[in-house]
Amino acid sequence: MSKNEIAISIKGLYKVFGNRSKKMVTHLKDGMSKADLLDKYHHVLGLKDINIDIPAHQISVIMGLSGSGKSTLIRHINRLIEPTAGSIDIYGENVLSMSKGTLREFRRHKVAMVFQKFGLHVHKTVAENVAYGLVIQGMSLKKAKQKSSKWLVRVGLEGFEDHYPSQLSGGMQQRVGLARALATDADILLMDEAFSALDPLIRTDMQDILLTLQQELHKTIVFITHDLDEALHIGDSIAILRDGEIIQQGSPQDIILKPDDEYIVDFIQDVNRGRVIQIKSVMNKGVSIKGPNFNQNTVLEDILPEIVKSAQQMVNVVNDQNQVIGSVDLKTVASAIAKPVIQSNNNTNYTQSSSGD
Amino acid sequence: MDFLGKFPAMSRGELRDFKKGIDGSFSEFTSEHGEAIESFFDPLLHFLVWFEKLLLATPWPLILLIIGVFSWLGSRSVKIVIGAVLAFVAIGYFGMWKDTMSTLAIVSVATLICISIGIPIGILMARSKYAQAFVTPLLDVMQTIPAFVYLIPVVMLLGIGKVPGLIAVCIYALPPIVRLTNLGIRLVSKEALEAADAFGANYRQRLFDVQIPLALPNIFAGINQTIMMALSMVVIASMIGVAGLGVPVLRSISNQYLALGLLNGLAIVALAIIFDRVTQQYGKRLQKHRHGDLHE
Repeated sequence: MSKNEIAISIKGLYKVFGNRSKKMVTHLKDGMSKADLLDKYHHVLGLKDINIDIPAHQISVIMGLSGSGKSTLIRHINRLIEPTAGSIDIYGENVLSMSKGTLREFRRHKVAMVFQKFGLHVHKTVAENVAYGLVIQGMSLKKAKQKSSKWLVRVGLEGFEDHYPSQLSGGMQQRVGLARALATDADILLMDEAFSALDPLIRTDMQDILLTLQQELHKTIVFITHDLDEALHIGDSIAILRDGEIIQQGSPQDIILKPDDEYIVDFIQDVNRGRVIQIKSVMNKGVSIKGPNFNQNTVLEDILPEIVKSAQQMVNVVNDQNQVIGSVDLKTVASAIAKPVIQSNNNTNYTQSSSGD
Repeated sequence: MDFLGKFPAMSRGELRDFKKGIDGSFSEFTSEHGEAIESFFDPLLHFLVWFEKLLLATPWPLILLIIGVFSWLGSRSVKIVIGAVLAFVAIGYFGMWKDTMSTLAIVSVATLICISIGIPIGILMARSKYAQAFVTPLLDVMQTIPAFVYLIPVVMLLGIGKVPGLIAVCIYALPPIVRLTNLGIRLVSKEALEAADAFGANYRQRLFDVQIPLALPNIFAGINQTIMMALSMVVIASMIGVAGLGVPVLRSISNQYLALGLLNGLAIVALAIIFDRVTQQYGKRLQKHRHGDLHE
């Protein structure tokens, strides 16, 4: 993963809401807390010293509870919100120095967005909504509808072209939102709590639709959520945001196995660890037995019955080329499933993406 | 004690000079620019006269047909179409056809003027809070100042006739369309606009593709109100020489003709109800996509 191209690079990003926001950044750099800033200066801290490199062609999840600044952060990427300080580069291009016209072109072609409340245009039909991005690019409605119709089919909305959004359920409305974003062929897809407003079952459906599409499209997806299960399910990497600061970045395996601080421990304690942790993350390297082999990406839960059955209470771990690279025994599985402890909390702001492989 | 008992007003002489000064400078302004202003409004006068003559020259069965067709296009309701045609038949039967056509002409022209001025002003107000802060008090004045007060300068400038009448009607009927255009655009959901921004829409695309279509039901309520206000000004406008149903009403006030006043008054009411129902139904049909409203 670390060899991958960086799509979005955010450095030293601050956002303070209030009249004298620029001045407040100095106070923050001097170590003032969010609460003090509000008490003393009546300015609200949105984001504090965000440093994050988002790799291309992956799903990067930014997770945090409400008020953590995650929706503010994602809106900086297409500059729907202006930062107070810092820089944002997208494929080496500085977003903050773009003129209004350049920014519009950038939004039209390079980055598409899906919204929590869908943001559909209720006076337009489903087909017109999906074609919207292309119409804004300057295409005629007829041609835009033609060109975007395949995306409508891909998200399963065939036959609903002439319906109005209000005639659809929430899940179907968000499919319209997704198809609209895909139709512009933008490489970067910003998804702001895109599935949070949906019922749990429909949410899982939509996550699977997204993952299936992603296998084929390899877009750079920035996905905001407050739901850890969702983050673990779809994220190639996860950044956790609290009170406007990123407190840990890493692969889902990292977050679960090596939580950086108490807050994250709290966060992950309700996760079904057996269903998330992959055996490659806990295996004993080099050791092998004459026993059943499992792919490295298998989750603990799936090997547990086999371990219990096998004579040595062990199974082998193989890589994608079917070579044995290690093994997992019952004790390892049990300790991995046990409640997490803090591993390291000295550097909470590092900018690496993963150490999973 | 004397100071508290009597308000320290300007002296009578000062006050008289003050008023005289305003009156004098305005009449000077009138005699200097009156003609220029009058000729500025000439095309409007020609259009109004032409339209009134057209209505009067058209055979009555054709007018009835047009009324029926318009009602149908607007309301898609047989009941409203029949009601509208019957009302016009009754108006004609009681000898008020000619006056009704004149009233129809001035109300239509006034409404057109109000729409073409009011909607752009409303859009401007929705765009800039400074425009809103400037225009809102003007609208308040236009709606509350007694009509007779602004009739004075208008008549001084343009004399008695159709154009001053038309201006008086427009001053009174303009505010609702401006207010409701502004309100309608401001009520457009933030999500819909943010989506437009995120996909790179420019101001024109935002306005015509998102804001105006979504504000249309409110804009239409404004048009409806503007028509109603224009109709209600018909009697006052007749005081300064506008032909129409207001003239007989005015005559019956001064001569105590009960029946004449009642009949013409009811004709105005009939026009108002027809206009109202047709435009309201049309406004409702514009909101068709809203049934069921958005799932949150």
